[in-house]
Parts: sequence; C-alpha cells; structure tokens
Amino acid sequence: MAGIAVLCEVQGGEIAKGSLGVLEEAARLGAALGEPVEAIVCGSGLDDAAMGALGGFGASKVRVADDAALASGIAQPVVDACASAQESGQYRYWLAGASIMAADAMAGLAARLGAGIVIDAVELHAEGGALVTRRSGLGDSVLAHCGFTTPVGVVVTRSNAFAATEGTGGSAPVERFSPSFKAYSQAVQLVGHEDAEDSGPDIGAAEVLVAGGRGLGDAAGFGPIEECAAAFGGAVAATRAVVDAGWYPYSAQVGQTGKTVTPKLYIACGISGAIQHKVGMQGSGTIVAINKDKNAPIFDYADFGIVGDVTTVVPKLTELIKARG
Amino acid sequence: MRIAICVKEVPDPTAEKRIDAGTNRLVRSGENTLNPYDRHAIEAAVQIKEGPAPDTEITVVTVGPESASRSVDRALAQGGDQSVHIADDAAAGSDLLGTARILAAALKRGGYDLILLGQQAADSESYVMAGMVAELLELPCVTQAASIELGDGAVTVKRQVETGYDTVKATTPCVVSVSDAINDPRYPPLPAIMGAKRKPHEVLSLADLGVDAGAVGAAGAGTSVSGLSKPEGRGDTIVIEDDGSAAEQLVAFLIEKKVVA
Ligand SMILES: Cc1cc2nc3c(=O)[nH]c(=O)nc-3n(C[C@H](O)[C@H](O)[C@@H](O)COP(=O)(O)OP(=O)(O)OC[C@H]3O[C@@H](n4cnc5c(N)ncnc54)[C@H](O)[C@@H]3O)c2cc1C
Ligand SMILES: Cc1cc2nc3c(=O)[nH]c(=O)nc-3n(C[C@H](O)[C@H](O)[C@H](O)COP(=O)(O)OP(=O)(O)OC[C@H]3O[C@@H](n4cnc5c(N)ncnc54)[C@H](O)[C@@H]3O)c2cc1C
Repeated sequence: MAGIAVLCEVQGGEIAKGSLGVLEEAARLGAALGEPVEAIVCGSGLDDAAMGALGGFGASKVRVADDAALASGIAQPVVDACASAQESGQYRYWLAGASIMAADAMAGLAARLGAGIVIDAVELHAEGGALVTRRSGLGDSVLAHCGFTTPVGVVVTRSNAFAATEGTGGSAPVERFSPSFKAYSQAVQLVGHEDAEDSGPDIGAAEVLVAGGRGLGDAAGFGPIEECAAAFGGAVAATRAVVDAGWYPYSAQVGQTGKTVTPKLYIACGISGAIQHKVGMQGSGTIVAINKDKNAPIFDYADFGIVGDVTTVVPKLTELIKARG
Repeated sequence: MRIAICVKEVPDPTAEKRIDAGTNRLVRSGENTLNPYDRHAIEAAVQIKEGPAPDTEITVVTVGPESASRSVDRALAQGGDQSVHIADDAAAGSDLLGTARILAAALKRGGYDLILLGQQAADSESYVMAGMVAELLELPCVTQAASIELGDGAVTVKRQVETGYDTVKATTPCVVSVSDAINDPRYPPLPAIMGAKRKPHEVLSLADLGVDAGAVGAAGAGTSVSGLSKPEGRGDTIVIEDDGSAAEQLVAFLIEKKVVA
C-alpha cells in the first residue's frame, strides 16, 4: 500500500472548499511520509481542465470517475468508484472532508476494505512513518491520538479543520477511470431536490447572531429571537434540528452541513451545542449561551453562560438592548 | 414488515465522562443510558406500526456488555417487541469496524425489511455506522432522514445535504439513519417500563453469530489510540444561574467586553 487518496467533492460544478483544504493538508502529510497524494473526483460531465487544477492544491495526479451514476451525489455509487480506484491505486490512506456524501462514502469504503476509520479528525500527523490523527472526543475535552492497525486507513476530517489557501495555480495530469457499480449501490434514487433559498437575511454578514435551537419549543418560539436580533441590529441563526423540523429556513442554519459564521457576538438560545453545530460558529468573537440544562455542552465553549429559561431571559435581554438604543 | 433498530448504550450525556489512562478507552462504568438519538429511530418504527404497517414487528438490536440490558429494556418500553443483544467479552474494545461487523452478522440473521439507526452516538459523535452496516449487508442506505414514507417496496426519505434537501427513494430491504428532528419520542408510561422485561430477549455470543472473535473487539480493531492530550480550550467561561437578573448581568458583561456600546 502506498500513497494517499483524497476524495474531492464536486458541489454545484465546483470542487468543494472543504475538499481543497483537506487536499492541501494531505500534501503536507504526504511530504512528511514520503507518500504521493492523488485526488479522486466522482461526478458526471466533469471538465478535465477544472479537475487538473487540483494539482495547484497538492495532488500529483487527479483520477476522475465520470458516470451518470455519480451525478446525484448519492454515496453508494461513490463507494464503488473509490473501491475501483483502490484496486488500481492500492492507497495506504483515504482522506475526505466531512460532508454528508463524503462521510457516507468513506463509511462504506472502510467497511468494504475492512479498514479502520477515524471520524472527525482535527489534525493529521506523521509519526513513526505512519499517519496518526488527532480525534477530539468527549465534547472536545480530550484529543485521542488515533492511528491504524489495518493496511488501509480511512479518515473523515472535521468541518473547517483545514482551511484552503488560494492554491499555487499549478495543475496535475488527469486520468479517467470507469468504476463498476454494484446493484445495491444503485438502489437509492434521487427523486427530488429543493435548493436552499438564500432569500432571508445574509447571516454570514451579520455582526450579531441570535441563534435558536429546539429549546425554543416550537416555530413560534422564534418570534422573541427575531425581536432580540432586531434589537441588536443582527440576524437570526438556527440549528439543524429546528431546520429539519421546519421551524426556521435552511438559509439560517449554522454548522457542519449549514453555514460557517464568525460574528462579533453569537447568542445561542436553547441549543445543546453538538459538535456539528459548534464547527460552524466557534470562530465567533464572543459566545453567549442560554440553556436550562447546566450540563449542556454549549457551556464548554461559551464565554458567558446563563443557566435559565429562554422564554424569560431573551425578552428581558431584548428590552435592555432596546433601552440602550 | 420486520424492522430492526440498532441501539447503543452510552454514558449518561449529563454526567462527567473520562477516559481510562491505562487502556485509552472511555470509562463506561458510570451511569449509562440509551443513546438519546436512538430514541428517534424507535419512535419512527413505532409510528410505522401505528400507521401504515400495523403488522410490523420491531426488534431492538444492541452490541454491549450484559449490563446494557437496562438500555435494551428502555428501548423495548418505548415500543419494541423483542430484543437481540450481542454480549461477549471478546467484543469489548470494538471500534466502528468491529461493531459494524457484529451488528451486520446479527442483522443478516434476522432478515429485516428496514434497519433503523440513530443519527449519531452521543459519546463518540460519529455518524457513520449506518453506512458501514449497509455496506457489510450489501443493502441500500440513506442517512440523516428528516422524514420517512413507506410504499411499494420502497422508502422515500427527505434528508438535508449541503445544498438543501434531497428526496431519495430506496428499495427495501434497506438501512436508514434518522435525524433527531424526525419526531418527538414519547416517554413510555410506567406499565410499558414494567412490561419491557417480560418481552422476548435473545442474548447471543459471537460464536452464535459465527463472528470470528479476532475480527472484532480490541483484537480486531482497525484503529488504535496511542496517546491522549488536552485540546486548547476557549478560555474562561462565566456561567451564572438565572435569579431574575441574568439579562442585566449579560448586558454588563457585553458592555465590559465592548461588544455593545
Ligand atoms: C470519544 C470517542 C471517539 C471514538 N472515535 C472512534 C473513531 O474515530 N473510530 C472508531 O472506529 N471508533 C471510535 N470510537 C469507538 C466507537 O465509538 C465505538 O466503539 C463503536 O461502538 C462505534 O460506534 P459509534 O457509536 O461511534 O457509531 P455512530 O456512527 O456514532 O452510531 C450511530 C448509530 O449506530 C448505532 N450503534 C452504534 N453502536 C452500536 C452498538 N454498539 N450497538 C447497536 N447499535 C449501535 C446506533 O443506532 C447509533 O445511533 C470512539 C469512541 C469514543 C468514546
Ligand atoms: C452529519 C451531521 C451533520 C449535522 N449538521 C448540523 C449543522 O449543520 N448544524 C447543526 O446545528 N446541527 C447539525 N447536526 C445535528 C447536531 O448533531 C444536533 O443534533 C443539533 O445541532 C441539535 O440541535 P439543538 O441544539 O437545537 O437541539 P437539542 O440538541 O435537542 O438541544 C436543545 C437544547 O435546548 C435546551 N432547552 C430546552 N428547553 C429550554 C428552555 N426553555 N430554555 C433554555 N434551554 C432550553 C435543552 O437543555 C437542550 O440543551 C448534524 C448532525 C449530523 C450527524
């Protein structure tokens, strides 16, 4: 086994930003281990020149599986494509950023190859000639130094753990390969897609975000949150739990699958503080948490925490901020 | 229809957790509980039984020490009909790969139409077990379902992805992990809790499933933890209990930090 394969994801015709950061980190790791790094791209109607540009982010070769079966972003055909790439490439490590598709694809690949898998890696180190990840656990209170005992190791990195640069502008040779697909991999069909409408306020630009989670109780619970955000001259953010439940629009979602925000002030109301939420807002200037459970993980990464009920604390806060004008 | 739900016992998320410095494993001897995310998978199965498929039989499947039977009962009380519990000393120390292998062996034997999992486990916060189990069973897989509809030998699932919401259709048998927003799990009434113990429980060893002990547990783990360190924290956190003046104290803090003028 030799070399590092990085699954680079195409979103809306372009390589996802998250994939570029992971590819660059893989190149640093590859240099330290003396292993070449190859980018694997799966999709349909992919452009060779655009894919070759991955060379500017550290890939020595770009291997492209271009097939209608890979058009929908469903993970299992991607598992087949990665397994085909593995057969010819015999990679020692597989790396991918944490998207819904990539995590599912790496899960399937690890199971098929009988490979160890590390989820949510925040650092990649070369130690004793091998990859040893840092995997944070227990609400980020500990970093486990986690390596592999299997011939192949699979890693899904944490969202935003590795920021991409602009790249060197270089390019790499592109090689196309044709995967063979399993029947069960094609038994999931995409039958509809609703694009996230970006009609609401641009939460990425807001200096103050007042964020609501399931602790608001229901969709109406967002009323006081909106008033509070307005008092601060800011915008409203939300967790996946409330977006999935239909309480608030997707465009306001912060976190792994949603947006990454860095406002001056982030006020988390009725939010437990799952890692997948944290990765989208931990770069905020000041973090305030209001939660009635004193053990909620959100308090571990807040600057100011209030153990209390959002329905009483938030309206008071709104009045005080309004009064300051 | 036959539904299996994979449930995991985890350390109580509200209790303090620690990792054993000798084994680098999570200390699981404290207060344990049913993974809260799995309660949504159970509720999803119960709603299928109460709605479109009344003849549904629900089996709760777990891998864990014998003491995990408390969480199995908790799951059964919420609506399961029977349980399959794989308890074997050789399974201790299983990582994702080992756990997936054991679960897949148990699930294969059951011949289920639908296999449900939670979106993630509260202790490890991974979210890949569904994809691993599906691959080992060679079944279609859909993760992070925000809604599930049954019909015509298929399930239709709405799920969030980075660009919005996908609706996907998977033929059964298949594996689905559910989002924590798919439903509001009910708390079982006392008689259901009392009755759970009397439901059929099957406790199996790895040998019963024909699983090679060397492929699972600490011996078969694909990952190994060689050390632990402390991540950089965010720094000081002020936490106050609201005594009626919390909003005032917060505003004073924000003024002091010059976040508000
Ligand atoms: C802090 C921490 C970090 C870890 N990191 C890793 C890692 O990076 N790689 C690795 O291989 N292992 C890791 N482990 C070990 C791993 O968590 C568990 O040993 C193993 O059970 C895998 O399941 P999971 O809970 O991570 O799966 P998840 O993918 O989080 O679980 C999703 C769903 O799978 C089902 N499920 C999970 N476990 C069981 C079970 N035992 N019985 C029945 N159903 C189950 C449940 O429906 C659950 O909702 C870690 C453990 C800890 C405590
Ligand atoms: C692959 C994947 C991707 C994900 N992507 C994202 C993402 O992009 N963004 C995201 O947010 N999540 C994401 N999640 C989901 C995440 O893991 C959590 O499930 C989610 O963030 C929980 O949302 P919540 O905090 O609103 O709800 P909960 O976890 O249910 O927390 C509600 C909190 O409200 C508190 N509360 C209840 N009532 C009150 C009250 N009256 N006053 C004060 N507090 C109260 C409770 O104590 C609790 O802490 C993802 C998960 C996975 C597996």
